[in-house]
Amino acid sequence: MQDADISIEILLDGQPIRVGARGSVAGALLEAGVAWLRSSPRTHGPRGAFCFMGVCQECVILIDGRLQQACLVTPRAGMTIERGGAP
Amino acid sequence: MTSPQRFDLIVLGAGPAGGRAALTAAAAGLSVILIDEQSAAGGQVWRKPWAEPAPARADGREGEGLRAALDSSDVTLAYGRRVWSVTEGFRVDSLGPEGSMSCVADHLIVATGAHERVIPFPGWTMPGVMGLAAATVLLKAEGRLPGKRVVVAGRGPLMAQVAAGILAKGGRVVAVVDRMPLTGWLKALPALATQPPLLAQGAGWMGRVLASRTPWIFNHHVAEARGTERVGEVTVASASGDCHVLSCDALVIGDGLVPGSEVPRLLAARMRFDRLRGGWIPDLTADFETSVPQLFCVGDGAGIRGALQAGTSGELAALAVARKLGRKTEPDQGARLRGAFARASRFSDAVAAMLSGRTADVARIGPDTIVCRCEDVRRSEIDAATAEGMHDINQIKHVTRCGMGPCQGRMCGDTVQELVSLGSRRSREEVGAWTGRPPLRPVPLGELVGSFDYGDIPVPEPAPL
Repeated sequence: MQDADISIEILLDGQPIRVGARGSVAGALLEAGVAWLRSSPRTHGPRGAFCFMGVCQECVILIDGRLQQACLVTPRAGMTIERGGAP
Repeated sequence: MTSPQRFDLIVLGAGPAGGRAALTAAAAGLSVILIDEQSAAGGQVWRKPWAEPAPARADGREGEGLRAALDSSDVTLAYGRRVWSVTEGFRVDSLGPEGSMSCVADHLIVATGAHERVIPFPGWTMPGVMGLAAATVLLKAEGRLPGKRVVVAGRGPLMAQVAAGILAKGGRVVAVVDRMPLTGWLKALPALATQPPLLAQGAGWMGRVLASRTPWIFNHHVAEARGTERVGEVTVASASGDCHVLSCDALVIGDGLVPGSEVPRLLAARMRFDRLRGGWIPDLTADFETSVPQLFCVGDGAGIRGALQAGTSGELAALAVARKLGRKTEPDQGARLRGAFARASRFSDAVAAMLSGRTADVARIGPDTIVCRCEDVRRSEIDAATAEGMHDINQIKHVTRCGMGPCQGRMCGDTVQELVSLGSRRSREEVGAWTGRPPLRPVPLGELVGSFDYGDIPVPEPAPL
Protein backbone atom coordinates (compact mmCIF):
# COMPACT_ATOMS: atom_id res chain seq x y z
CA MET A 1 0.00 0.00 0.00
CA GLN A 2 1.56 3.29 -1.09
CA ASP A 3 1.50 6.15 1.41
CA ALA A 4 2.08 8.93 -1.12
CA ASP A 5 0.69 9.52 -4.55
CA ILE A 6 3.28 8.24 -7.00
CA SER A 7 3.06 9.22 -10.64
CA ILE A 8 4.10 6.79 -13.36
CA GLU A 9 4.47 6.93 -17.12
CA ILE A 10 2.25 4.83 -19.35
CA LEU A 11 1.72 4.73 -23.13
CA LEU A 12 -1.73 5.93 -24.15
CA ASP A 13 -2.47 5.32 -27.82
CA GLY A 14 1.29 5.36 -28.42
CA GLN A 15 1.90 8.63 -26.55
CA PRO A 16 3.63 8.78 -23.16
CA ILE A 17 1.46 10.26 -20.40
CA ARG A 18 1.95 10.55 -16.63
CA VAL A 19 -0.84 9.26 -14.37
CA GLY A 20 -1.29 8.49 -10.68
CA ALA A 21 -0.27 4.94 -9.76
CA ARG A 22 -3.05 4.29 -7.24
CA GLY A 23 -6.49 2.85 -7.82
CA SER A 24 -7.61 1.81 -11.29
CA VAL A 25 -6.53 2.59 -14.84
CA ALA A 26 -9.97 4.12 -15.45
CA GLY A 27 -9.62 6.42 -12.42
CA ALA A 28 -6.04 7.36 -13.27
CA LEU A 29 -6.98 8.28 -16.84
CA LEU A 30 -10.00 10.32 -15.71
CA GLU A 31 -7.78 12.22 -13.25
CA ALA A 32 -5.38 12.95 -16.13
CA GLY A 33 -8.32 14.43 -18.07
CA VAL A 34 -8.91 11.39 -20.27
CA ALA A 35 -12.64 10.56 -20.13
CA TRP A 36 -13.22 9.10 -23.61
CA LEU A 37 -12.27 5.42 -23.74
CA ARG A 38 -14.12 3.90 -26.69
CA SER A 39 -16.93 4.22 -29.22
CA SER A 40 -20.12 2.23 -28.89
CA PRO A 41 -20.50 -0.53 -31.50
CA ARG A 42 -23.82 0.49 -33.08
CA THR A 43 -24.05 4.30 -33.04
CA HIS A 44 -20.31 4.95 -32.48
CA GLY A 45 -21.11 7.30 -29.60
CA PRO A 46 -18.37 8.35 -27.16
CA ARG A 47 -18.12 6.25 -24.00
CA GLY A 48 -16.15 6.31 -20.77
CA ALA A 49 -16.08 4.45 -17.47
CA PHE A 50 -19.57 4.47 -15.94
CA CYS A 51 -19.95 2.13 -12.93
CA PHE A 52 -16.30 1.83 -11.76
CA MET A 53 -17.10 -1.52 -10.16
CA GLY A 54 -16.85 -4.08 -12.91
CA VAL A 55 -20.52 -4.30 -13.89
CA CYS A 56 -21.21 -2.08 -16.91
CA GLN A 57 -18.29 -3.11 -19.17
CA GLU A 58 -18.12 0.41 -20.67
CA CYS A 59 -14.41 0.77 -19.84
CA VAL A 60 -13.25 -2.37 -21.70
CA ILE A 61 -10.12 -1.32 -23.64
CA LEU A 62 -6.84 -2.91 -24.73
CA ILE A 63 -4.45 -2.90 -21.78
CA ASP A 64 -1.10 -4.52 -22.57
CA GLY A 65 -2.69 -6.01 -25.65
CA ARG A 66 -5.63 -7.66 -23.85
CA LEU A 67 -9.21 -6.43 -23.62
CA GLN A 68 -9.68 -5.64 -19.94
CA GLN A 69 -11.96 -3.53 -17.75
CA ALA A 70 -9.95 -0.39 -16.99
CA CYS A 71 -11.79 -0.05 -13.64
CA LEU A 72 -10.47 -3.41 -12.40
CA VAL A 73 -6.81 -3.04 -13.47
CA THR A 74 -4.15 -1.23 -11.41
CA PRO A 75 -1.90 1.16 -13.37
CA ARG A 76 1.71 0.04 -13.81
CA ALA A 77 4.72 1.92 -15.23
CA GLY A 78 5.22 1.16 -18.92
CA MET A 79 1.70 -0.17 -19.40
CA THR A 80 0.38 0.25 -22.96
CA ILE A 81 -3.22 1.34 -23.36
CA GLU A 82 -5.10 1.51 -26.66
CA ARG A 83 -8.48 3.22 -26.51
CA GLY A 84 -11.33 2.48 -28.89
CA GLY A 85 -12.65 -0.77 -27.48
CA ALA A 86 -12.99 -4.19 -29.08
CA PRO A 87 -11.45 -4.24 -32.57
CA MET B 1 -7.69 -29.60 -15.39
CA THR B 2 -7.42 -30.17 -11.61
CA SER B 3 -10.38 -31.57 -9.68
CA PRO B 4 -12.52 -29.07 -7.78
CA GLN B 5 -11.69 -28.18 -4.17
CA ARG B 6 -14.39 -29.23 -1.68
CA PHE B 7 -15.66 -27.03 1.17
CA ASP B 8 -18.58 -27.16 3.61
CA LEU B 9 -19.68 -23.73 2.40
CA ILE B 10 -18.98 -21.37 -0.48
CA VAL B 11 -19.74 -17.67 0.07
CA LEU B 12 -20.01 -15.41 -2.99
CA GLY B 13 -19.29 -11.75 -2.25
CA ALA B 14 -17.12 -10.33 0.56
CA GLY B 15 -19.17 -7.27 1.54
CA PRO B 16 -20.76 -6.89 4.99
CA ALA B 17 -23.22 -9.78 4.35
CA GLY B 18 -20.82 -12.31 2.80
CA GLY B 19 -17.94 -11.35 5.09
CA ARG B 20 -19.99 -11.82 8.27
CA ALA B 21 -21.45 -15.07 6.89
CA ALA B 22 -17.98 -16.50 6.22
CA LEU B 23 -16.69 -15.47 9.68
CA THR B 24 -19.71 -16.93 11.48
CA ALA B 25 -19.48 -20.22 9.58
CA ALA B 26 -15.73 -20.52 10.17
CA ALA B 27 -16.23 -19.82 13.89
CA ALA B 28 -18.66 -22.76 13.97
CA GLY B 29 -15.94 -24.98 12.56
CA LEU B 30 -17.03 -25.14 8.92
CA SER B 31 -14.56 -25.10 6.03
CA VAL B 32 -15.40 -21.95 4.09
CA ILE B 33 -14.18 -20.26 0.91
CA LEU B 34 -15.06 -16.60 0.35
CA ILE B 35 -14.88 -15.41 -3.27
CA ASP B 36 -14.97 -11.77 -4.43
CA GLU B 37 -14.22 -9.91 -7.63
CA GLN B 38 -12.45 -7.05 -5.83
CA SER B 39 -8.90 -7.39 -4.51
CA ALA B 40 -10.01 -6.95 -0.87
CA ALA B 41 -13.06 -7.60 1.29
CA GLY B 42 -15.55 -4.86 2.21
CA GLY B 43 -17.84 -4.88 -0.81
CA GLN B 44 -18.78 -1.49 -2.21
CA VAL B 45 -20.00 0.03 1.06
CA TRP B 46 -16.86 -0.79 3.09
CA ARG B 47 -14.46 -0.69 0.17
CA LYS B 48 -10.77 -0.68 1.04
CA PRO B 49 -9.42 2.88 0.94
CA TRP B 50 -6.38 3.48 -1.26
CA ALA B 51 -4.16 4.83 1.53
CA GLU B 52 -3.52 3.98 5.17
CA PRO B 53 -3.54 5.08 8.02
CA ALA B 54 -6.93 3.97 9.25
CA PRO B 55 -9.64 6.24 7.93
CA ALA B 56 -11.55 8.43 10.34
CA ARG B 57 -14.97 7.59 8.92
CA ALA B 58 -17.13 4.95 10.57
CA ASP B 59 -17.66 2.98 7.35
CA GLY B 60 -13.88 2.90 6.89
CA ARG B 61 -13.33 1.52 10.39
CA GLU B 62 -16.01 -1.15 9.94
CA GLY B 63 -14.37 -2.22 6.69
CA GLU B 64 -10.95 -2.45 8.37
CA GLY B 65 -12.51 -4.51 11.16
CA LEU B 66 -14.04 -6.96 8.70
CA ARG B 67 -10.81 -7.27 6.68
CA ALA B 68 -8.72 -7.84 9.81
CA ALA B 69 -11.16 -10.46 11.15
CA LEU B 70 -11.16 -12.33 7.83
CA ASP B 71 -7.35 -12.19 7.55
CA SER B 72 -6.96 -13.82 10.96
CA SER B 73 -9.76 -16.38 10.43
CA ASP B 74 -9.68 -19.89 8.93
CA VAL B 75 -11.72 -18.70 5.94
CA THR B 76 -10.06 -19.44 2.59
CA LEU B 77 -9.92 -16.00 0.95
CA ALA B 78 -10.22 -15.91 -2.85
CA TYR B 79 -10.15 -12.24 -3.84
CA GLY B 80 -9.71 -10.80 -7.32
CA ARG B 81 -11.67 -13.74 -8.77
CA ARG B 82 -14.48 -13.41 -11.25
CA VAL B 83 -17.23 -16.03 -10.85
CA TRP B 84 -18.56 -17.00 -14.26
CA SER B 85 -20.50 -20.17 -13.53
CA VAL B 86 -22.57 -21.51 -10.62
CA THR B 87 -24.30 -24.86 -11.07
CA GLU B 88 -26.39 -27.20 -8.92
CA GLY B 89 -24.63 -29.19 -6.35
CA PHE B 90 -23.03 -26.50 -5.84
CA ARG B 91 -20.09 -25.97 -8.15
CA VAL B 92 -18.57 -22.50 -8.59
CA ASP B 93 -16.13 -21.73 -11.40
CA SER B 94 -14.09 -18.57 -11.25
CA LEU B 95 -11.22 -16.92 -13.01
CA GLY B 96 -8.48 -15.01 -11.24
CA PRO B 97 -4.90 -13.84 -11.60
CA GLU B 98 -3.68 -17.46 -11.22
CA GLY B 99 -6.13 -18.80 -13.80
CA SER B 100 -9.33 -20.75 -13.39
CA MET B 101 -10.50 -22.44 -10.21
CA SER B 102 -13.41 -24.73 -9.40
CA CYS B 103 -14.81 -25.42 -5.98
CA VAL B 104 -17.78 -27.43 -4.73
CA ALA B 105 -19.84 -27.37 -1.54
CA ASP B 106 -23.22 -28.65 -0.38
CA HIS B 107 -24.08 -25.15 0.87
CA LEU B 108 -23.89 -21.84 -0.94
CA ILE B 109 -24.45 -18.35 0.47
CA VAL B 110 -24.89 -15.72 -2.22
CA ALA B 111 -24.05 -12.16 -1.10
CA THR B 112 -23.50 -10.46 -4.43
CA GLY B 113 -24.86 -7.04 -3.43
CA ALA B 114 -26.58 -4.53 -5.64
CA HIS B 115 -25.88 -2.45 -8.70
CA GLU B 116 -27.04 1.04 -9.41
CA ARG B 117 -30.19 2.03 -11.25
CA VAL B 118 -29.71 5.02 -13.54
CA ILE B 119 -32.85 6.01 -15.41
CA PRO B 120 -31.80 6.91 -18.95
CA PHE B 121 -31.85 10.48 -20.35
CA PRO B 122 -30.26 11.90 -23.52
CA GLY B 123 -26.50 12.04 -23.02
CA TRP B 124 -26.24 9.55 -20.13
CA THR B 125 -23.79 7.62 -22.31
CA MET B 126 -21.41 10.61 -22.49
CA PRO B 127 -17.93 10.20 -20.90
CA GLY B 128 -17.87 12.07 -17.58
CA VAL B 129 -21.37 10.86 -16.70
CA MET B 130 -21.15 8.11 -14.08
CA GLY B 131 -23.03 6.46 -11.27
CA LEU B 132 -23.21 7.79 -7.73
CA ALA B 133 -21.77 4.49 -6.55
CA ALA B 134 -18.98 4.97 -9.11
CA ALA B 135 -18.19 8.33 -7.53
CA THR B 136 -17.97 6.73 -4.07
CA VAL B 137 -15.48 4.20 -5.47
CA LEU B 138 -13.39 7.04 -6.92
CA LEU B 139 -13.54 9.10 -3.72
CA LYS B 140 -13.10 6.31 -1.17
CA ALA B 141 -11.05 3.61 -2.85
CA GLU B 142 -8.96 5.77 -5.19
CA GLY B 143 -8.86 9.16 -3.44
CA ARG B 144 -9.90 10.87 -6.67
CA LEU B 145 -12.51 13.40 -7.74
CA PRO B 146 -14.95 12.50 -10.52
CA GLY B 147 -14.35 15.98 -11.98
CA LYS B 148 -13.53 19.56 -11.04
CA ARG B 149 -17.09 20.90 -11.35
CA VAL B 150 -19.55 18.14 -10.57
CA VAL B 151 -23.33 17.92 -10.76
CA VAL B 152 -24.66 15.33 -8.29
CA ALA B 153 -28.12 13.99 -9.14
CA GLY B 154 -30.67 11.27 -8.48
CA ARG B 155 -32.25 10.19 -5.22
CA GLY B 156 -31.37 9.09 -1.71
CA PRO B 157 -28.69 9.59 0.94
CA LEU B 158 -25.82 8.60 -1.37
CA MET B 159 -26.14 12.02 -3.05
CA ALA B 160 -25.32 13.75 0.25
CA GLN B 161 -22.41 11.39 0.91
CA VAL B 162 -20.91 11.92 -2.56
CA ALA B 163 -21.43 15.70 -2.57
CA ALA B 164 -19.81 15.98 0.89
CA GLY B 165 -16.95 13.73 -0.26
CA ILE B 166 -16.29 15.91 -3.32
CA LEU B 167 -16.24 19.07 -1.18
CA ALA B 168 -13.93 17.43 1.39
CA LYS B 169 -11.43 16.65 -1.37
CA GLY B 170 -11.51 20.23 -2.62
CA GLY B 171 -13.79 19.69 -5.60
CA ARG B 172 -16.72 21.90 -6.52
CA VAL B 173 -20.31 20.67 -6.50
CA VAL B 174 -22.25 22.74 -9.02
CA ALA B 175 -25.59 21.59 -7.59
CA VAL B 176 -27.35 18.60 -6.08
CA VAL B 177 -30.35 17.75 -8.26
CA ASP B 178 -32.78 15.73 -6.14
CA ARG B 179 -35.72 13.88 -7.68
CA MET B 180 -37.42 13.96 -4.26
CA PRO B 181 -39.20 17.00 -2.87
CA LEU B 182 -38.04 18.31 0.52
CA THR B 183 -41.18 16.77 2.04
CA GLY B 184 -39.92 13.32 1.00
CA TRP B 185 -36.92 13.75 3.31
CA LEU B 186 -39.04 15.20 6.13
CA LYS B 187 -41.45 12.26 5.95
CA ALA B 188 -38.54 9.80 6.26
CA LEU B 189 -37.03 11.60 9.27
CA PRO B 190 -38.86 9.74 12.08
CA ALA B 191 -37.81 6.38 10.63
CA LEU B 192 -34.22 7.57 10.05
CA ALA B 193 -34.11 8.83 13.66
CA THR B 194 -34.41 5.23 14.90
CA GLN B 195 -30.67 4.85 14.09
CA PRO B 196 -29.17 8.00 15.64
CA PRO B 197 -25.52 7.39 14.57
CA LEU B 198 -26.53 6.89 10.94
CA LEU B 199 -28.90 9.87 10.99
CA ALA B 200 -26.08 11.99 12.46
CA GLN B 201 -23.74 10.80 9.71
CA GLY B 202 -26.27 11.73 7.03
CA ALA B 203 -27.02 15.07 8.66
CA GLY B 204 -23.27 15.73 8.73
CA TRP B 205 -22.98 15.18 4.96
CA MET B 206 -26.00 17.36 4.29
CA GLY B 207 -24.74 20.09 6.64
CA ARG B 208 -21.41 20.20 4.85
CA VAL B 209 -23.13 20.54 1.47
CA LEU B 210 -25.49 23.29 2.64
CA ALA B 211 -22.67 25.13 4.48
CA SER B 212 -20.74 25.31 1.18
CA ARG B 213 -23.74 27.17 -0.29
CA THR B 214 -24.13 24.45 -2.91
CA PRO B 215 -27.65 24.69 -4.35
CA TRP B 216 -29.79 21.64 -3.46
CA ILE B 217 -32.49 21.61 -6.12
CA PHE B 218 -35.44 19.51 -4.89
CA ASN B 219 -38.05 17.92 -7.13
CA HIS B 220 -35.88 18.16 -10.27
CA HIS B 221 -34.26 15.60 -12.56
CA VAL B 222 -31.55 15.67 -15.22
CA ALA B 223 -33.32 16.06 -18.56
CA GLU B 224 -30.22 16.03 -20.78
CA ALA B 225 -26.41 15.96 -20.69
CA ARG B 226 -24.44 17.48 -23.56
CA GLY B 227 -20.80 17.50 -24.66
CA THR B 228 -18.55 16.27 -27.43
CA GLU B 229 -16.05 13.84 -25.91
CA ARG B 230 -16.95 14.67 -22.32
CA VAL B 231 -20.03 16.09 -20.61
CA GLY B 232 -19.91 19.92 -20.57
CA GLU B 233 -23.38 20.92 -19.43
CA VAL B 234 -26.62 19.43 -18.20
CA THR B 235 -30.21 20.61 -18.35
CA VAL B 236 -32.23 19.97 -15.22
CA ALA B 237 -36.02 20.16 -15.19
CA SER B 238 -38.93 19.89 -12.81
CA ALA B 239 -41.94 17.70 -13.50
CA SER B 240 -43.83 20.81 -14.60
CA GLY B 241 -41.11 21.57 -17.17
CA ASP B 242 -39.13 24.58 -15.90
CA CYS B 243 -35.46 24.15 -16.83
CA HIS B 244 -31.99 25.30 -15.75
CA VAL B 245 -28.70 24.71 -17.58
CA LEU B 246 -25.68 23.85 -15.41
CA SER B 247 -22.09 23.89 -16.67
CA CYS B 248 -19.93 21.00 -15.40
CA ASP B 249 -17.20 18.52 -16.31
CA ALA B 250 -18.79 15.53 -14.56
CA LEU B 251 -22.29 14.33 -13.72
CA VAL B 252 -22.69 11.67 -11.04
CA ILE B 253 -26.17 10.24 -10.93
CA GLY B 254 -28.01 7.35 -9.32
CA ASP B 255 -31.73 6.59 -9.04
CA GLY B 256 -31.48 3.85 -6.44
CA LEU B 257 -30.26 0.28 -6.26
CA VAL B 258 -31.21 -2.99 -7.95
CA PRO B 259 -30.47 -6.33 -6.22
CA GLY B 260 -27.86 -8.43 -8.00
CA SER B 261 -29.95 -11.60 -7.96
CA GLU B 262 -28.49 -13.38 -11.02
CA VAL B 263 -27.23 -16.42 -9.11
CA PRO B 264 -30.53 -17.52 -7.50
CA ARG B 265 -32.24 -16.92 -10.86
CA LEU B 266 -29.62 -19.03 -12.62
CA LEU B 267 -30.22 -21.84 -10.10
CA ALA B 268 -34.00 -21.56 -10.68
CA ALA B 269 -34.87 -20.42 -7.16
CA ARG B 270 -38.42 -19.08 -6.85
CA MET B 271 -38.29 -15.31 -7.43
CA ARG B 272 -40.73 -12.46 -6.93
CA PHE B 273 -40.85 -8.79 -7.88
CA ASP B 274 -40.69 -6.50 -4.84
CA ARG B 275 -40.66 -2.79 -5.66
CA LEU B 276 -39.61 -1.71 -2.15
CA ARG B 277 -36.63 -4.11 -2.22
CA GLY B 278 -35.46 -2.81 -5.63
CA GLY B 279 -36.69 -5.49 -8.03
CA TRP B 280 -36.52 -9.26 -8.46
CA ILE B 281 -35.55 -11.09 -5.29
CA PRO B 282 -35.65 -14.74 -4.20
CA ASP B 283 -38.38 -16.03 -1.86
CA LEU B 284 -36.62 -16.62 1.45
CA THR B 285 -37.23 -18.45 4.72
CA ALA B 286 -36.51 -16.75 8.07
CA ASP B 287 -32.99 -18.22 7.72
CA PHE B 288 -32.55 -16.63 4.27
CA GLU B 289 -32.75 -19.99 2.49
CA THR B 290 -34.21 -19.90 -1.02
CA SER B 291 -36.66 -22.43 -2.53
CA VAL B 292 -33.54 -24.36 -3.65
CA PRO B 293 -32.46 -26.30 -0.55
CA GLN B 294 -29.07 -25.25 0.88
CA LEU B 295 -28.94 -22.14 -1.32
CA PHE B 296 -29.03 -18.94 0.78
CA CYS B 297 -29.20 -15.29 -0.31
CA VAL B 298 -28.20 -12.46 2.03
CA GLY B 299 -27.48 -8.73 1.95
CA ASP B 300 -28.64 -6.32 -0.72
CA GLY B 301 -28.58 -9.07 -3.39
CA ALA B 302 -31.58 -10.60 -1.58
CA GLY B 303 -33.41 -7.24 -1.54
CA ILE B 304 -32.21 -3.71 -0.77
CA ARG B 305 -31.92 -3.27 3.01
CA GLY B 306 -28.54 -1.61 3.46
CA ALA B 307 -25.37 -2.53 5.35
CA LEU B 308 -27.08 -2.44 8.75
CA GLN B 309 -29.17 -5.54 8.04
CA ALA B 310 -26.75 -7.12 5.54
CA GLY B 311 -24.26 -8.35 8.14
CA THR B 312 -27.04 -9.74 10.34
CA SER B 313 -28.63 -11.61 7.44
CA GLY B 314 -25.23 -13.15 6.60
CA GLU B 315 -24.73 -14.31 10.18
CA LEU B 316 -28.24 -15.82 10.37
CA ALA B 317 -27.71 -17.77 7.14
CA ALA B 318 -24.31 -19.05 8.31
CA LEU B 319 -25.82 -20.21 11.61
CA ALA B 320 -28.50 -22.10 9.69
CA VAL B 321 -25.82 -23.83 7.59
CA ALA B 322 -23.88 -24.73 10.75
CA ARG B 323 -27.02 -26.25 12.30
CA LYS B 324 -27.74 -28.25 9.12
CA LEU B 325 -24.23 -29.69 9.40
CA GLY B 326 -24.85 -30.63 13.03
CA ARG B 327 -22.50 -28.03 14.55
CA LYS B 328 -23.26 -26.60 17.95
CA THR B 329 -24.08 -22.91 17.93
CA GLU B 330 -24.74 -20.60 20.86
CA PRO B 331 -28.40 -21.16 21.76
CA ASP B 332 -29.36 -17.49 22.03
CA GLN B 333 -27.26 -16.25 19.09
CA GLY B 334 -30.07 -16.65 16.55
CA ALA B 335 -32.59 -14.83 18.74
CA ARG B 336 -30.14 -12.00 19.38
CA LEU B 337 -29.48 -11.58 15.63
CA ARG B 338 -33.19 -11.67 14.80
CA GLY B 339 -33.77 -8.95 17.40
CA ALA B 340 -31.06 -6.77 15.87
CA PHE B 341 -32.48 -7.36 12.40
CA ALA B 342 -35.99 -6.35 13.51
CA ARG B 343 -34.75 -3.20 15.28
CA ALA B 344 -33.01 -2.06 12.08
CA SER B 345 -36.10 -2.62 9.91
CA ARG B 346 -37.68 0.81 10.21
CA PHE B 347 -34.51 2.62 9.16
CA SER B 348 -33.68 0.13 6.40
CA ASP B 349 -37.21 0.21 5.00
CA ALA B 350 -37.21 4.03 4.88
CA VAL B 351 -33.92 4.09 2.96
CA ALA B 352 -35.06 1.25 0.68
CA ALA B 353 -38.23 3.21 -0.09
CA MET B 354 -36.14 6.22 -1.17
CA LEU B 355 -34.03 3.99 -3.42
CA SER B 356 -36.84 2.01 -5.06
CA GLY B 357 -37.78 2.52 -8.71
CA ARG B 358 -40.56 4.94 -9.70
CA THR B 359 -42.72 4.20 -12.75
CA ALA B 360 -43.23 7.94 -13.40
CA ASP B 361 -39.45 8.45 -13.82
CA VAL B 362 -39.33 5.72 -16.47
CA ALA B 363 -42.47 6.96 -18.23
CA ARG B 364 -40.69 10.30 -18.80
CA ILE B 365 -37.88 8.77 -20.93
CA GLY B 366 -37.99 10.22 -24.47
CA PRO B 367 -38.41 7.96 -27.54
CA ASP B 368 -34.90 8.70 -28.94
CA THR B 369 -33.10 8.08 -25.65
CA ILE B 370 -30.69 5.14 -25.59
CA VAL B 371 -31.91 2.71 -22.93
CA CYS B 372 -29.53 -0.25 -23.47
CA ARG B 373 -26.01 1.19 -23.42
CA CYS B 374 -24.26 -1.95 -24.67
CA GLU B 375 -26.32 -2.32 -27.85
CA ASP B 376 -27.44 1.32 -28.28
CA VAL B 377 -31.15 0.41 -28.22
CA ARG B 378 -33.54 3.38 -28.01
CA ARG B 379 -36.84 3.54 -26.16
CA SER B 380 -38.77 3.79 -29.45
CA GLU B 381 -37.43 0.36 -30.50
CA ILE B 382 -38.54 -1.22 -27.21
CA ASP B 383 -41.96 0.46 -27.46
CA ALA B 384 -42.36 -0.72 -31.08
CA ALA B 385 -41.60 -4.32 -30.12
CA THR B 386 -44.04 -4.10 -27.20
CA ALA B 387 -46.73 -2.64 -29.48
CA GLU B 388 -46.22 -5.57 -31.86
CA GLY B 389 -47.28 -7.89 -29.05
CA MET B 390 -44.02 -8.89 -27.41
CA HIS B 391 -44.90 -8.70 -23.74
CA ASP B 392 -42.32 -11.04 -22.26
CA ILE B 393 -38.97 -9.53 -21.42
CA ASN B 394 -37.06 -12.36 -23.12
CA GLN B 395 -38.98 -11.83 -26.39
CA ILE B 396 -38.00 -8.17 -26.21
CA LYS B 397 -34.39 -9.23 -25.71
CA HIS B 398 -34.44 -11.48 -28.79
CA VAL B 399 -35.97 -8.82 -31.02
CA THR B 400 -34.23 -5.63 -29.82
CA ARG B 401 -30.92 -7.08 -28.45
CA CYS B 402 -31.59 -5.21 -25.17
CA GLY B 403 -29.78 -7.14 -22.45
CA MET B 404 -27.66 -9.13 -24.89
CA GLY B 405 -24.56 -6.98 -24.55
CA PRO B 406 -21.55 -7.46 -22.28
CA CYS B 407 -23.24 -6.02 -19.13
CA GLN B 408 -25.84 -8.80 -19.60
CA GLY B 409 -28.75 -6.50 -18.93
CA ARG B 410 -27.57 -5.34 -15.51
CA MET B 411 -27.59 -1.65 -16.43
CA CYS B 412 -30.87 -1.50 -18.39
CA GLY B 413 -32.84 -4.51 -17.10
CA ASP B 414 -35.01 -2.73 -14.55
CA THR B 415 -35.81 0.10 -17.00
CA VAL B 416 -36.62 -2.18 -19.96
CA GLN B 417 -38.92 -4.33 -17.81
CA GLU B 418 -40.68 -1.19 -16.56
CA LEU B 419 -41.07 0.11 -20.14
CA VAL B 420 -42.56 -3.17 -21.36
CA SER B 421 -44.87 -3.21 -18.33
CA LEU B 422 -46.01 0.35 -19.19
CA GLY B 423 -46.43 -0.39 -22.91
CA SER B 424 -48.25 -3.70 -22.47
CA ARG B 425 -50.27 -2.67 -19.39
CA ARG B 426 -49.05 -5.85 -17.72
CA SER B 427 -47.57 -6.23 -14.28
CA ARG B 428 -43.82 -6.52 -13.75
CA GLU B 429 -44.42 -10.14 -12.68
CA GLU B 430 -46.06 -10.90 -16.05
CA VAL B 431 -43.30 -9.14 -17.98
CA GLY B 432 -40.71 -11.20 -16.06
CA ALA B 433 -36.95 -11.03 -15.79
CA TRP B 434 -34.13 -11.98 -18.16
CA THR B 435 -33.33 -15.69 -18.09
CA GLY B 436 -30.12 -16.21 -16.13
CA ARG B 437 -27.37 -17.86 -18.16
CA PRO B 438 -23.67 -18.52 -17.73
CA PRO B 439 -21.21 -16.98 -18.10
CA LEU B 440 -22.30 -14.64 -15.29
CA ARG B 441 -19.56 -12.24 -16.36
CA PRO B 442 -17.72 -11.97 -19.69
CA VAL B 443 -14.58 -14.15 -19.58
CA PRO B 444 -11.93 -14.72 -22.24
CA LEU B 445 -12.50 -18.15 -23.78
CA GLY B 446 -8.77 -18.77 -24.04
CA GLU B 447 -8.32 -18.50 -20.27
CA LEU B 448 -11.13 -20.96 -19.60
CA VAL B 449 -9.73 -23.52 -22.03
CA GLY B 450 -6.19 -23.05 -20.70
CA SER B 451 -3.10 -23.97 -22.67
CA PHE B 452 -2.91 -27.41 -24.23
CA ASP B 453 -1.11 -29.25 -26.96
CA TYR B 454 -3.11 -31.01 -29.65
CA GLY B 455 -0.73 -33.97 -29.22
CA ASP B 456 -1.95 -34.36 -25.61
CA ILE B 457 -5.58 -34.84 -26.60
CA PRO B 458 -6.42 -38.54 -26.36
CA VAL B 459 -7.84 -39.13 -29.82
CA PRO B 460 -8.80 -42.80 -30.29
CA GLU B 461 -7.38 -44.72 -33.23
CA PRO B 462 -9.77 -44.69 -36.18
CA ALA B 463 -11.85 -47.84 -36.52
CA PRO B 464 -10.53 -50.22 -39.22
CA LEU B 465 -12.45 -49.97 -42.47
